[in-house]
Amino acid sequence: MANIKLSEDKIQVIKDIAKSFNNQAGEVINVLHQVQGKFGYLPAEVQEVVAHELNIPVSRVYGIVSFYSFFTMNPKGEHPIDICLGTACYVRGAEKVLDAFKRALNVEIGKCTPDGKFSLNTLRCVGACGLAPVAMIGDKVYGRLTPDMVPGILAEYNA
Amino acid sequence: MINLTIDNKPIQVPEGTTILKAARMNGIDIPTLCYFELDGMKFENKPGGCRVCVVEVKGRRNLAPACATDCMEGMEVFTHTARVINARKTVVELILSDHPNDCLQCEKNGDCELQSLTKRLGIKEIPFKGEQSHYRKDSTLSVYRDMDKCVMCRRCETMCNKFQTAGALSGVNRGFQAVVAPAFEQNLGDSSCINCGQCVQVCPVGALTLVDNISDVLKAIADPTKKVIVQTAPAVRVALGEEFGMKPGEIVTGKMAAALRRLGFDKVFDTDWSADLTIMEEGTELLQRLGKALKGEKVALPMFTSCCPAWVAFYEKNFPDLLEYPSTAKSPQGMFGAVAKNYLAPKLGVKREDLVVVSIMPCLAKKSERAREELSVNGDPDVNFVLSTRELAHMIRQCNLNLNDMPEEDFDNPLGQSTGAGVIFGATGGVMEAALRTAYEVHTGKTLPRIDFEETRGFQGIKEATIDFDGFPLKIAVAYSLANARILMEQVRNGNPNGYHFIEVMACPGGCIGGAGQPYHHGNSDIIRKRMEATYREDAGKPIRKSHENPDIIAIYKEYYGEPCGHLSHEQLHTHYFDRSDKIESTK
Repeated sequence: MANIKLSEDKIQVIKDIAKSFNNQAGEVINVLHQVQGKFGYLPAEVQEVVAHELNIPVSRVYGIVSFYSFFTMNPKGEHPIDICLGTACYVRGAEKVLDAFKRALNVEIGKCTPDGKFSLNTLRCVGACGLAPVAMIGDKVYGRLTPDMVPGILAEYNA
Repeated sequence: MINLTIDNKPIQVPEGTTILKAARMNGIDIPTLCYFELDGMKFENKPGGCRVCVVEVKGRRNLAPACATDCMEGMEVFTHTARVINARKTVVELILSDHPNDCLQCEKNGDCELQSLTKRLGIKEIPFKGEQSHYRKDSTLSVYRDMDKCVMCRRCETMCNKFQTAGALSGVNRGFQAVVAPAFEQNLGDSSCINCGQCVQVCPVGALTLVDNISDVLKAIADPTKKVIVQTAPAVRVALGEEFGMKPGEIVTGKMAAALRRLGFDKVFDTDWSADLTIMEEGTELLQRLGKALKGEKVALPMFTSCCPAWVAFYEKNFPDLLEYPSTAKSPQGMFGAVAKNYLAPKLGVKREDLVVVSIMPCLAKKSERAREELSVNGDPDVNFVLSTRELAHMIRQCNLNLNDMPEEDFDNPLGQSTGAGVIFGATGGVMEAALRTAYEVHTGKTLPRIDFEETRGFQGIKEATIDFDGFPLKIAVAYSLANARILMEQVRNGNPNGYHFIEVMACPGGCIGGAGQPYHHGNSDIIRKRMEATYREDAGKPIRKSHENPDIIAIYKEYYGEPCGHLSHEQLHTHYFDRSDKIESTK
């Protein structure tokens, strides 16, 4: 068994979120969603504390985190970029858009730029197939993308 | 009631019955892989994931998984049409396409459900070729994991989380990478695993197997400087015969003793003997605690039994605030080891390091228990090696012996003679009953009006009773499955509202008879029932059935230990527990 170390403030953040869901085991996905919203990612120690607060095994929390592509154990950049590779986006050239982001940022999928500004990830469908291909930067959705639009989009965040 | 036909046979079943259950109730065998049930023991694994049990339902476009489809009025079900058999074969071929198929060297060779399914379906080649998934191998002292062989039936996950609430295993990752693993895919030994091994007992393939110690034992026997003695646990003698084609519930005590002697053990002893010793210590401890409580002293009640190592690991990890509640008495295996190394070694004229103590156990957790530091002296463990019932069977076969051909022989003395009380340690409720037989007579000074405590017997997950201790109402509870134990522990944590005095816990289905080291039962709970019947049959046939009347137990107290819970027995026969829970530490 482990000794889990986490800063007092972070533990408090998790406790508050868990409490807002009445510490109910069935709310684990919602709790993880909000906790990731605060910290940007879900490292092992954070999952341990979530499990403790909801009184469920940490193996179950990890099972959920490792299953859903939305959850990540890697830190995200200040502006997380998610490229949709769902069927509709894929057939409309999402892979070329992804390559353009990779080239522009010089970063691999799942990784963060050295300055911590951008991280690059892929996901499957954000429910905006009409706008395919789609990418999200933070909460903002960009639709009908082409590779040549990428530098311009990134420039919005490099001000 | 619902009327339907399966393979044109008209049948009637209660509403809510699945096609699989309806078929089985009517003698129609539909093959399954992930589905697993222990009837009457509150264990069912029904993820509907493998699709081996698909059947054709007239009027339905798709094939239906029999395990997860309820019977409907007027349904016409067909279990072996060409379409069904074709689909089943494809499903198994796909599973095999991501399986190592190294059956010849696999621990489960001959005992594998995927192997027998492949044979049953007549699969001769695997048409699907491609990448296979690979995972890091991992092992505790009890359980070996080779997830390359996992078929994602999730029986282990259900056992770990629902039956034991140990919470060590979970389905993790997605798609091709999906696997059952501990959190963060850490080592099982670093997780909340309690080494009960029930994941091994239910695994249909060779993904989860035991840690094999046969070669260690063979080496010790071959070493001329060592004297090797063996003890055999109560539950082994009612199950070992199954490995040699005998019917479940056959008692092979005498044949087993004979086989062990022929394997080269210098002395063949009985854990039933040390079970009697456990009763003396644990029963006395209970009476002492009750006496204190009656005088108004603050004392930890209810007292919990401490024979089951998976249970001990469970409360150390989950209930560190209640560590003073379990009895401090070592398990029968632990007591045997302590007596052997401290009392017997000088008698045999050997140094303790040169006496090798081997246990034959129905259990995989015992392999971890024996390695506990407090059960050793200066680095020399009281018990050197633990073999499961299955390993003993392997060893017997390896040495060209057949249990069926063995004569009936007795155990050696002085650690071989036991009572019926020692025998029933192997079944849920047995330790309780054995303790009651002795505690009652020691406490009241009277002979028990009836020796059989029916209220502690049977397969109910939690049993409760009030026993009249000559005017004092002794409240007891008996649980198997750690999910049930957890219910009782939560009650104790919340002030013990039912006023229990004594609680027995065993982790495995039906107690040690359903242990993870026993022959595979493949979900046939009748086998466990037969083992339990045999246990009580063996008890009933014993001339002495109360631990405190065992002449060798009386003798060892007279000669060596003095009295139960005395100074020397505290030193050798009792132990202590540790807080092994997860700690969350806040940093600045």
